[in-house]
Amino acid sequence: MEQRDKYISGICTPAIGEAGKTGDWSDLKPVIDHSKCIPETKGKAACFLCWLYCPDGVVTMSIPVEIDLDYCKGCGICAEECPPNAIRMVRKVECDE
Amino acid sequence: MSDTRIITGNEAAALAVKLVEPNVIAAYPITPQTSLAEKLSTFVEGGELRAEYVRVEGEHSALTVCISASTVGARVFTATSSNGLLYMHEQIHWAAGSRLPIVMCCVNRGVGAPWSIFNDQQDSFSQRDTGWIQIYCRDNQEIIDTIIQAYRIAEAVYIPVMVCYDGFVLSHTMMPVEIPDYGKVREFLPPYKPSVDISPENPVTVNPVFFPWRRENAEGVLCDGYMEKRYKLQDALLKSTDTIEEVSTAYGQAFGRDHGGLLWEHMTDDAEIVIVGMGSIAAEATVAADSLRKEGIRAGVVGIRVFRPFPRKAIATALKKAKVIVVFEKCMSYGCDGGVSSDIKSALYGTGIEAPMHNYIAGLGGRDVKARELADAVKETITRIDSGTEENETTWLNCHTG
Repeated sequence: MEQRDKYISGICTPAIGEAGKTGDWSDLKPVIDHSKCIPETKGKAACFLCWLYCPDGVVTMSIPVEIDLDYCKGCGICAEECPPNAIRMVRKVECDE
Repeated sequence: MSDTRIITGNEAAALAVKLVEPNVIAAYPITPQTSLAEKLSTFVEGGELRAEYVRVEGEHSALTVCISASTVGARVFTATSSNGLLYMHEQIHWAAGSRLPIVMCCVNRGVGAPWSIFNDQQDSFSQRDTGWIQIYCRDNQEIIDTIIQAYRIAEAVYIPVMVCYDGFVLSHTMMPVEIPDYGKVREFLPPYKPSVDISPENPVTVNPVFFPWRRENAEGVLCDGYMEKRYKLQDALLKSTDTIEEVSTAYGQAFGRDHGGLLWEHMTDDAEIVIVGMGSIAAEATVAADSLRKEGIRAGVVGIRVFRPFPRKAIATALKKAKVIVVFEKCMSYGCDGGVSSDIKSALYGTGIEAPMHNYIAGLGGRDVKARELADAVKETITRIDSGTEENETTWLNCHTG
């Protein structure tokens, strides 16, 4: 029986950031105004539409809500969906300054 | 006791698939493959073959089902023709890049436009550069035997294999075929083991995006970038020529029929004129060579069985003594030469073989090619060369425009 080489195809070990830190692809980053965020103002699990809609799964369903900027590609869907407009997309260079 | 039946090429293919016992079959009917797909669904429906037959809405999905099933360890089969094969194109690359030992029959048919349901080899030729192994059969016996061999080759080297045979000329023509013994096929073909065992206990990410550079994975192991993965496919394809020849020999020992590993030869030992072809046109050329010999012309035939990986060394060896090379083929690299002749020329570069080579495109869209016509074309080539024409533009045989 021939020795099997498990690295012949693109099959990989599942891990966070399999494709590298994709957060550096983005121009924009989400900034949360925690005073407007529904779960935080109500002090209970509610809304979390940002967590639900995030296509990259980088938003936590927690109080306070956190976004992992290492992997956020800056699409802005969370900001678009947020009912109280608690998330604002800010140009990265601008934030860094 | 041998079981010999008079059957069509598609029936031979269906019986081969039944013998290799795939777990999953997904196919969409298209002429001239249709009776193969029908026969297989009849086997599954009637309980003769314990496989999952997935009815799909098109060929792209047919191959996608095979890719998914093969990834998790199923032996799979699909078949198509012509524009159906072209509709699979994206997934044909995907299957090879994923190193999945899928076996597919391409029942060769001309491609549109304009529509033709009849035979030539433009369909599988157009998938030449996808990283699949391509084997062309010359008769129905070779179809049944090659499909069984194809699984052993594919599952040893983790490269998909396309078994190609001419539509109608073979697919719908009845010939005596010896059906291999079920027990012997089991011995010849061990169960399929995927390159990585996937299960809920061993979850994996399949084909995430790969980057230009090499990179450490989550466990800190330096892994391939895109280019390394692609190189491994090319490397494995080139090395697979050994496996293909070994499997052909082993098959011959087990079943008494060796159709030639990479290519086969007919009376080439003392041949001055060597005719080259692929598939049924090469079988027809043997009849032409026999008749030329009766006229005192020392002709022989080289039949290319494996078109990818292209058997460069074997071709150069087979053509070493030829004074004239005549290539008949049913596929065209539009804007260049016939596809087979281009590859032969590239294989001969630097070998010192400088025999003139004349290329004929024949039988496109099912136009009948008779042995007599091939013999006449060879004689015409000899006349041209005698009158000082070393190389010639590609000639379209029996094609009259205007």
